[in-house]
Amino acid sequence: MSVASPAMEIRNPADPMLPRPAVIQAIRPEAAGIATYSLAFVDPADRDAYHFRPGQFNMLYLPGVGEVAISLSSDPAESQVLGHTVRYAGNVTRAIGRLKVGDMLGVRGPYGSHWPLEDAVGKNLIIVAGGIGLPPLRPVILSILSQRDAFGRVLLLYGARTPADLLYTREFGRWREAGIEVNISVDVADESWRGKVGVVPQLFYFVRMEHQNTLVLTCGPEIMMRFVIYEALARRIPKNAIYISMERNMKCAVGFCGHCQYGPNFICKQGPVFNYAAIEPFFGKEDF
Amino acid sequence: MPPNLPRVSASVALPKPALQQVFDNLRAAGFTLVGPTVRDGTIVLDEIARLDDLPVGWTDEQEPGRYRLKKTREAQYFNYGVGPHAWKQFLHPSCLRLFSVEKSNGSWVFRPPEEPPPRYAFVGVRACDVAAIGILDRVLLGGEFRDPHYARRRENVFALVVNCARVNPTCFCTSMKTGPRATTGFDLALTELPEIFLVAVGSDAGSEMLRDTPWEAATAFDLGRAARAMQDVERQVERQLKTDDLPRLLYDNLEHPHWDEVATRCLSCANCTLVCPTCFCTTVVDTSDLRGTKGERIRLADSCFNRDFSHVFGGNIRPNIRSRYRQWLSHKLASWIDQFGTSGCVGCGRCITWCPVGIEITEEVNALRGKAAK
Repeated sequence: MSVASPAMEIRNPADPMLPRPAVIQAIRPEAAGIATYSLAFVDPADRDAYHFRPGQFNMLYLPGVGEVAISLSSDPAESQVLGHTVRYAGNVTRAIGRLKVGDMLGVRGPYGSHWPLEDAVGKNLIIVAGGIGLPPLRPVILSILSQRDAFGRVLLLYGARTPADLLYTREFGRWREAGIEVNISVDVADESWRGKVGVVPQLFYFVRMEHQNTLVLTCGPEIMMRFVIYEALARRIPKNAIYISMERNMKCAVGFCGHCQYGPNFICKQGPVFNYAAIEPFFGKEDF
Repeated sequence: MPPNLPRVSASVALPKPALQQVFDNLRAAGFTLVGPTVRDGTIVLDEIARLDDLPVGWTDEQEPGRYRLKKTREAQYFNYGVGPHAWKQFLHPSCLRLFSVEKSNGSWVFRPPEEPPPRYAFVGVRACDVAAIGILDRVLLGGEFRDPHYARRRENVFALVVNCARVNPTCFCTSMKTGPRATTGFDLALTELPEIFLVAVGSDAGSEMLRDTPWEAATAFDLGRAARAMQDVERQVERQLKTDDLPRLLYDNLEHPHWDEVATRCLSCANCTLVCPTCFCTTVVDTSDLRGTKGERIRLADSCFNRDFSHVFGGNIRPNIRSRYRQWLSHKLASWIDQFGTSGCVGCGRCITWCPVGIEITEEVNALRGKAAK
């Protein structure tokens, strides 16, 4: 290797942009235009090698169509089958919506940072989700269920546009039984709705929570997270106890394509889960 | 090392026509030679074989938004600055097949490209572009993930570097501490004197390529002439970019009204990102046959000035030129430092020359600094 060769040692790792084939084992409809796909790698070696942490995501690839970043929404303790709750929004997710059980797609991952579950042990948790922001937090809830005593109070504040848009409603009973305080609201009610009406951050008005020894984990539209942060700060929860999950356009998930840059961060590497104190200078900047 | 070849770190004098023998040696060793050549009224980088392919007797005039070639009286080989092309087009191609995919026995089989890329010998790399390649190394090889496509092209490169003989008004390599003389990162480095090349040998591979040439140990006279020539060139660099208050200046002024002002001039055409030797952003397109059983994934160069670059469901994060120019400049000069431990700018001046409205990165930073909230 000549002097002009790169200073860094070039290892010969597997190509990080090459997907691995996986098969759809189950499709569970969640709401209008949203379903959960259970995927298993075709190669048992891939299944055994794969482990993820709550908040991480995979790139799902449909040949000839494209690739999309989707959070893992299943239990990290059961990584042989990987759950992804997908909203049919763009070209790739709509094409995923046309797949059936037994169909194949490409999967690579897991990528990105994760929710601070280790730091949360012994603490109270306020989990705040809006709409399709709940799936990236479901692995946190499922992890808590398996070791409920390790945490203090756990509050879920969750909302969607209408009652029909609420995800995982059939699981709420089990979550409540395990001692998770599930608080739900909808932006717009229908005649069947007997619960709260209003935007998600307003759920803070209905709950009491100590500000000490408490972490806030939030995922949803940026505007929602902004007001979640206001509400949390107003209750004297410190900035560095607030974690948010960000979204940006993403092509490669490994820091090469440049699309997901967020100031000094790549959402795919330092994110998607950020400590609020670390990104406060950039969060909410117009068109940033 | 046989005695008929110079030692690494030696400087030797080479008669100019003998550079052809170096070219021949490189080709015999299996290298594909790419270097500067005249095409479409510009000096581009393309495959070359002979000394005649170089822009002998040509020079360039560069200013903000302006580039012209003109003939000179002296038949110098390298009497011009960097053109619109950069070496990234060979190392990080603007169009690259990442893999092909085929349905076989009901499962998808993904195949990375198998044919090896050419082994490139880069001829006429300038010091700023040596620095740019070093930056690309950090971006694409230096992190948790390594781009295998870049690595395969990069690891075999032979770098025949040329120290700059003249300076354009767009150059500011001295501010970025990248030039005009290459001190590292070369196999051979030429300084062009009136009748000889003074050649610094940077590696065993470089020494090997001097085989069968009439090289001679450089005399004190030659070394002195070359040193004075480089000092003159360095003094000619007038454009400055003050960097000591970066990245803070940009981070602290993300909502400064100056971004609106530059947005009235910037066309968001992406020229600056295309000519920039370090801009690395890409997108992907997917193709398939009509039956949907075969496909390819192609990586294409992309630009943060493209409207779709920041598209997410619900709209574009950066819907206007103000936000896109801010992203480009603040990435290049500020967040790049946090991401990769180096500025993304090497001071080559290409973005200034090739901007159709002559926006000067150096002046925009100065303007921001002048108007910045203290």
